[in-house]
Amino acid sequence: MKQDFKILGTRPMRPDGLDKVTGKALFGADKSATGMLHARILRSPHAHAEILSINTSKARALPGVKAVITGDDFADVDSRWTRYTMQNCMAQGRALYDGHAVAAVAAVSKKVAAAALELIEVDYKILPHVTDVDEAMQPGAPVLHEGVKGRGLGEDVSGNTVGYYSFGHGDIEAGFGAADEIIERSFKTAATHQGYIEPHACLADLGADGRGELWCSTQGHYMVRELCAEILHIDASQLRVTASEIGGGFGGKTTVFIEPVALKLSQISGKPVKLVMSREEVFRASGPTMSSSIEVKIGMTKAGKITAAHAKLRYQGGAFPYQMVMMGAMSAFAAYDLEHVQSEGWDVMTNRPKMISYRAPGAPMAVYGVESVIDELCQKLGLDPIDTRLLNAAREGTKSSYGPTFKAIGLVEALEAAKAHPHYSAPLAANTGRGIACGFWFNFGGQVSVSMAINADGTVNLIEGNPDIGGSRASISMMAAEALGIGYERIRTIVGDTASVGFSDVTDGSRVTFAVGIATIKAANAAIKEMCKRAAKIWEIDEDAVEWVDGAAQPTGHNAGNFPPMSLAEIAASSGKTGGPIAGHHEGAPDKAGVSFGVHLVDVEVDPETGFTSIKRYTAFQDVGKAIHPSYVEGQIQGGAVQGIGWALNEEYIYGEDGLLQNPGFLDYRIPVASDLPMIDPVIIEVPNPGHPYGVRGCGETAIVPPLAAVSNGVSRAIGKRMFALPMSPPRILKAI
Amino acid sequence: MSKIHISTRINGDEVEYLCEPSETLLDVLRDRLNLTGAKEGCGTGDCGACSVMLDGRLVCSCLVLGAEVEGSAIETVEGVGTLDALHPVQRHILEHAALQCGICTPGIVVAAKALLEKNADPSESEIRYWLAGNLCRCTGYDKIIRAVQAAAAEMRGAQI
Repeated sequence: MKQDFKILGTRPMRPDGLDKVTGKALFGADKSATGMLHARILRSPHAHAEILSINTSKARALPGVKAVITGDDFADVDSRWTRYTMQNCMAQGRALYDGHAVAAVAAVSKKVAAAALELIEVDYKILPHVTDVDEAMQPGAPVLHEGVKGRGLGEDVSGNTVGYYSFGHGDIEAGFGAADEIIERSFKTAATHQGYIEPHACLADLGADGRGELWCSTQGHYMVRELCAEILHIDASQLRVTASEIGGGFGGKTTVFIEPVALKLSQISGKPVKLVMSREEVFRASGPTMSSSIEVKIGMTKAGKITAAHAKLRYQGGAFPYQMVMMGAMSAFAAYDLEHVQSEGWDVMTNRPKMISYRAPGAPMAVYGVESVIDELCQKLGLDPIDTRLLNAAREGTKSSYGPTFKAIGLVEALEAAKAHPHYSAPLAANTGRGIACGFWFNFGGQVSVSMAINADGTVNLIEGNPDIGGSRASISMMAAEALGIGYERIRTIVGDTASVGFSDVTDGSRVTFAVGIATIKAANAAIKEMCKRAAKIWEIDEDAVEWVDGAAQPTGHNAGNFPPMSLAEIAASSGKTGGPIAGHHEGAPDKAGVSFGVHLVDVEVDPETGFTSIKRYTAFQDVGKAIHPSYVEGQIQGGAVQGIGWALNEEYIYGEDGLLQNPGFLDYRIPVASDLPMIDPVIIEVPNPGHPYGVRGCGETAIVPPLAAVSNGVSRAIGKRMFALPMSPPRILKAI
Repeated sequence: MSKIHISTRINGDEVEYLCEPSETLLDVLRDRLNLTGAKEGCGTGDCGACSVMLDGRLVCSCLVLGAEVEGSAIETVEGVGTLDALHPVQRHILEHAALQCGICTPGIVVAAKALLEKNADPSESEIRYWLAGNLCRCTGYDKIIRAVQAAAAEMRGAQI
């Protein structure tokens, strides 16, 4: 593995930075087209209702209205998973949650579109609803969809229970028998929203001949193309999707909500259609994460060795079948080397918006339960929380609780760094508690395509297929520069549209720097091979007698001849005469994304009068394998930590008895603001991933996993009472005190 | 109802437009004048992504009507900095990697510049409270605060 880097680890300016500080960068809602219509979506005011009829005649008659659609305008699709996505974009037969789309209009102006919505008459028959996960699992609960109950599940759970998973090994009962102390606790966490500042937005233009253009804010424009092509019954080749600059996603833009609707309105009206969600629509109808009800039981010896661990995770994922609790069950105990362990999970439907991934989906709440119980055991047994975790920590060679045996990982290094950090030994003020927690995420590889052109002037264009959500064009350009041996500034990386480069999976799973990085290095190697060939041709020596060193071809071995190195720029300049343009490309599916661990340390102060918690100090340690651009790696760690702080303290989907969302806005769904926080101190640990030529691991998601438990452990220690539910709002803390 | 004719000044240039009485200044900027630097994150004054300066005052342009700005002077992110030189706030945001997705950045630039025009030497707390109305979901604010501190120091002519 390469260890000696010229460019990796430096902090150059990102290529899209200038456009973003000057307001030039074009996000989803920033593009318009000549003759464009504006679309709006009518949404269900009920938690669960049968749609008896929709009368659109008055809306259609309004001057300026060019198209009105309902669920009847969408033909069925073969895949049930695509059908769920389609029916989430536009209800068919039943409205399944407050905010579920039931009709849409396209009109000459926003004003006319809004007026048209008022004229659509929907006749609803209200049905019983359920929004709580435990209630939804009870036999007799209103069932969202019949016939989708998870295989092997009995009569003790309702038909809303769509999946069951179990992971682990050993004999947990035997393990609990060997414990000196056993603690078993129940926890609840609220649903939270990804909270990206840019609402979903798109501009669609689909002709009657099935040829279309779609501009949208998404984490994966190939995903958008394939879902929309299937839903609209058109060929993928005919729909060109261009990803706009994306104003945050965090997993929330890994599916479609509005794109099929805009395309259908465009198809019917024959005009380009712009559709932008309001913030209220984002909260009511785009993917929050799961809420959860969790039980964790852990047995420990007096010395701190975990003898057995068992978790039961019940996740609520909204109005359609989904599969996500599995990730929680796999993550729950991943940080520990355990002989006897079992984690079980149930996926449950409710009358809430269809869940979609949120940064390390499923892991934060599972780890919250586990790390809370470990912390309580440490308190009860008088053990140091870091030493106890070190005693049980997973390391290279550990058989993980979910199956695989870990290769090189950095949990021990992160724990040791935390123990040695001045934060851990700093004195604590009154009403203050120090919380610590570990976290884990798998990371992902996936399908990727990269195309690289060596220009005659010695510069390089690189096209990749993953929307840049946090500076990835910079890190990809850096890896290209490192591989080619040229300067960062000579490379321009762009995110191509779906017609310009091969398929790439969605920007998720912390995969882009890892997978696109590998493809970039391989594309560079292909270009280097061709450049060596050209040099060999010029020198009239054997191709094998040329090697690539520091951005130049040079003869290798004593018999190759004595030629001065020929730089990339020189080879490129003569490429027209030596065989034509030089390029490299790579398509693949790298699968050795190394798992990543983090350890978070937080001091919280709780006001005993008000129950208000403030974060006084926060330090986050994370193994990232190799930090390509350390500033943006730090940013991922800081941003993830703060999202986790929000989840721990403030953020919550609040439903009334009527099943309606009570806080669909940033005023009442309060994400952390600048004045809520101190500086967040990130500590980068680099234990190289053996599955990447430069040692890279994904780094985007792990940081949201520890903070829920770290903050809760800090609060519990500050107030001397254990907390079992999130968010820890002031009233909830006051009640505990 | 007929449209309203407005004459105003935006980023130093005279601008005239017709708008609906109900149209926000943000809609006018984005939809009628093609100044899409100000973003709509909420439409209710909670996120600050649409921040602009109106007659020297920092406002959420989603809470101002397009019809209200007759004879005013408006500055948007497109008017911050020059072709030759970025404003120190913009440059330090770049140098400190104080953005990830960048959707909140125009609002942060406008708001932070407004702060430094009022207060050349703000404390960390003052910066945090001034920017409390500018939501950023990516960065956790750390690098943004540091960028504003560095810009303030540079503008004071101090060592950074």
